[in-house]
Amino acid sequence: MATFLSREVCPTIKNILLLDSEGKRVAVKYYSDDWPTNSAKLAFEKSVFTKTQKTNARTEAEITMLENNIIVYRFVQDLHFFVTGGDDENELILATVLQGFFDAVTLILRNNVEQREALENLDLILLCLDEIVDGGMILETDGSIIAGKAATSSNMDDGASLSEQTISQALATAREHLTRSLLSYLNHLIYRWCFAAIF
Amino acid sequence: MAQPFVKKDDDRDDEDEYSPFMGIEKGAVLQEARVFNDPQLDAKRCSQVITKLLYLLNQGETFTKTEATGVFFAVTKLFQSRDTGLRRMVYLMIKEISPSADEVIIVTSSLMKDMNSRTDMYRANAIRVLCQITDGTLLTQIERYLKQAIVDKNPVVASAAIVSGIHLLQTAPEIVKRWSNEVQEAIQSRAALVQFHALALLHQIRQNDRLAVSKLVTSLTKGSIRSPLAQCLLIRYTSQVIRESVVNIQTGDRPFFDYIEGCLRHKTEMVIFEAARAITELSNVTARELTPAITVIQLFLSSSKPVLRFAAIRTLNKVAMTHPMAVTNCNIDMESLISDQNRSIATLAITTLLKTGNESSVDRLMKQITNFMSDIADEFKIVVVEAIRSLCLKFPLKYRSLMNFLSSILREEGGFEYKKAIVDAIVIIIRDIPDAKESGLLHLCEFIEDCEFTYLSTQILHFLGNEGPKTSDPSKYIRYIYNRVILENATIRASAVSTLAKFGAMVDSLKPRIFILLRRCLSDNDDEVRDRATLYFNYLEGDGPVVETEESVKDFLFGSLDIPLGNLETGLKNYIQDPSEEPFDVNSVPKEVKSQPPAEKKAPSRKPTTGLGTLPAGLTSSADAYENLLSSIQEFASFGKLFKSSVPVELTEEETEYAVNVVKHIFDHHVVFQYNCTNTIPEQVLENVTVIVDASEAEEFSEVASKPLRSLPYDTPGQTFVAFEKPQGVPVVGKFSNMLRFTVKEVDPSTGEAEDDGVEDEYQLEDFEVVAADYMLKVGVSNFRNAWESMGPDCERIDEYGLGPRESLAEAVNAVIQLLGMQPCEGTEVVPSNSRSHTCLLSGVYIGNVKVLVRLSLGIDGAKEVSMKLAVRSEDGNVSDAIHETVASG
Repeated sequence: MATFLSREVCPTIKNILLLDSEGKRVAVKYYSDDWPTNSAKLAFEKSVFTKTQKTNARTEAEITMLENNIIVYRFVQDLHFFVTGGDDENELILATVLQGFFDAVTLILRNNVEQREALENLDLILLCLDEIVDGGMILETDGSIIAGKAATSSNMDDGASLSEQTISQALATAREHLTRSLLSYLNHLIYRWCFAAIF
Repeated sequence: MAQPFVKKDDDRDDEDEYSPFMGIEKGAVLQEARVFNDPQLDAKRCSQVITKLLYLLNQGETFTKTEATGVFFAVTKLFQSRDTGLRRMVYLMIKEISPSADEVIIVTSSLMKDMNSRTDMYRANAIRVLCQITDGTLLTQIERYLKQAIVDKNPVVASAAIVSGIHLLQTAPEIVKRWSNEVQEAIQSRAALVQFHALALLHQIRQNDRLAVSKLVTSLTKGSIRSPLAQCLLIRYTSQVIRESVVNIQTGDRPFFDYIEGCLRHKTEMVIFEAARAITELSNVTARELTPAITVIQLFLSSSKPVLRFAAIRTLNKVAMTHPMAVTNCNIDMESLISDQNRSIATLAITTLLKTGNESSVDRLMKQITNFMSDIADEFKIVVVEAIRSLCLKFPLKYRSLMNFLSSILREEGGFEYKKAIVDAIVIIIRDIPDAKESGLLHLCEFIEDCEFTYLSTQILHFLGNEGPKTSDPSKYIRYIYNRVILENATIRASAVSTLAKFGAMVDSLKPRIFILLRRCLSDNDDEVRDRATLYFNYLEGDGPVVETEESVKDFLFGSLDIPLGNLETGLKNYIQDPSEEPFDVNSVPKEVKSQPPAEKKAPSRKPTTGLGTLPAGLTSSADAYENLLSSIQEFASFGKLFKSSVPVELTEEETEYAVNVVKHIFDHHVVFQYNCTNTIPEQVLENVTVIVDASEAEEFSEVASKPLRSLPYDTPGQTFVAFEKPQGVPVVGKFSNMLRFTVKEVDPSTGEAEDDGVEDEYQLEDFEVVAADYMLKVGVSNFRNAWESMGPDCERIDEYGLGPRESLAEAVNAVIQLLGMQPCEGTEVVPSNSRSHTCLLSGVYIGNVKVLVRLSLGIDGAKEVSMKLAVRSEDGNVSDAIHETVASG
């Protein structure tokens, strides 16, 4: 006799949201059917945003409950990161997913974590979301691996094979640096250098 | 054309409000998508267009069927390009537009090619895309590749295949089940995430087979799991196995408990917390088992991370509901959390403290809460108000300070829901604690003097009308009520008029004054108010068209409508549609509530509906469901009112072919056994299922009816019933042995159709007993002492018993509570550890609706010998004797 649903036994992510400082979507991904329509989704985003707006989640991930869901979140500049799970989920697992997403985006945006930069690299951010969770199931939680998967496949140049080589090398170096010291200025210089070399 | 997508250097100049997607428009982007058809593909340009399309979808834009098909076909052309970045976006795009079945065929060959590519990234993504958009028929073609991929040495490919398997298990379980061997191999993978995914899939494949799950847990708990996430899964599976297995009676040990306890010392917080939570959620967890878990949770309380603090306090909050004593050690840590920046944490801390606090700490706590209330949002305040309400019922003597607190927050600013919660709390306290009535009513009166919510005003006026006249000085409320008539809107005026009339009817001394007030209302400018005033005026004066007696006046004012409102509504609608000369007759409305099919029992709802009108709605719902179910069966309809339904008793071992449990329904003259059967074999359907009951060890019962179950397909629970007659009102006990008899038919698993021929078969079930506790309803009283005093010593019976050697006092107390089946009151079922003596208060309702109260005093000596003094008071001396008999023979 199946006394429980398989879903309840396995950690499940209901959605991942990246909103701007006015609560508008930058990139969102829903994995559960709890919000069937776009308006339901928008309403959820609005209430999450309003509820968390005044809290300080800039140095440390914060947490709250809404409509029987647990939401962990973190803010950087004008970007708001959210990860939602069911109310019987292990809070620390959700926090790990948030951390993975947050680190990956930081790496992709080269520390310049703000809305405009995010929109300009939207393709990479969407790829990130695709690599973190698949249909609610956690795929990967390590930010640098996620960013690596999204970035290796990014089309960062205009097809010249020589500079493609340079870029992937530079990216690899940069990733190493980033994982060692997440917010180092050095990595910034490498990027500058490599982009200067291309253009 | 501007190229907003080129990643510019960092020192580009900062225009304000710049967005690469500003002014983006669906039609234009769809036009742009034509570049996909160019003979010379510009990979970068194509990626940009896909990003724009994805942006539109992400913002909630929808494509029509034709647009989606168009985009899909165009995107498939891009498989020609060798650009890896573009290919990645193509995968994403195909998943987002989720093509229809006849379109999928276009991309399958391309995706299958990618699935066998040498590039890992292609393989992993092609698997995920294909598995998401595919249907069953295609799956058999690619199954071979998927099995290979599961054991691929690249972890990304392996994870992609396994996670896809998890999703496919919902749609094509029989195929995925064939992958067990590969998945088993993947569990041994060195990659952490592969291990996690493989474990999740293997468990889902085997979840209906308890033995296999148990084996899985046995082999893995020995320690080959390294990934923290996989470890969390294993803890969940282990506690599930523990839940379904039996405790070793001699030692009290549970299997696998050591493993979970060991996880408390893991290096990852995620695993530690998962293990601690698993322990607190074990059924019947003992204090000894809880202690290590509570200790690690206590450490989390002072963590610098809000998420950890939240997780810890939320778990303690749940533990406090069942084991308040275990949490008291953390009280100091929790008190410091009241000032936590995160208000969710602070609220949880407060409500937990309210549950664990003892009578002496209430006043100090209330002081802290008062400061806290001013700076939190309404939704948190509501939680606190609800916690205070239950605290007040737990410590009735503290009602004064709690009531003062409620009235002070009632005067502060707040929204409707919050005010309603406070009013509800006050009303419930007034109902349960008679001493609190006068002050509570006055608080409510003051509140309606300045209340902006019509709904609350009318509810309070109604309540005042029922309770006010019964107080020592009803006249003091009149001023408040009549002020409403002068100052408020028509709705409130109308209900104030009704309330005045109730006072008039109940309190003779007030009658002349009420007449004066009602007469003034006769010229109100609202119809409803005027009509009510006229009606009540005539009723009370007693010279209306019909001369009313005192009784019927009260009946009219206080009686409730005994017709379901839904039925009345339909009745009135029909009358309006088909008007006739005759006036509408209320008596023509049917009084039966439309029976609903007994729904599957859901998880207990989080918010019990304790409003002004419906007080104990949450608790009785399952009893109501049984009652509806039984009364809908013709054979049992004549048995009268259902007295009690037991909790289900399992009659089969776990992991057997058929799972059967029994619910005992006790009626005055009869008992009905409801056998809930589940068939766990997919290849079989059972027909004509009955239970043959042998009642030779239950002499006073005689079988009168049975209701077989026509058909029992796989995994769909069904019920069969057997009814017995027994002497009226007497608590006869007995033992019943059971045999399940049925016709079994094979089912073809591919078509799901049963074969025509069946075989008669029988299946031995375990025995069960009807015991004395089945005749006792658990009904609590809020103030045991009051209830005890008011019952009086007329039917009191006192005796002493030796209970022999027991492991602990707590165990002895539980044994007696189990035996009697009564409700422990005021938290007295919790025995502080190491205490030598304890008093436990119980209350209940015995068959025949006789109220029973029991006071148990137990003591334990050095040799663990427990002796007990049992004092029983009830409304009937015979019942008191019967309770003693139960204990003596138990």
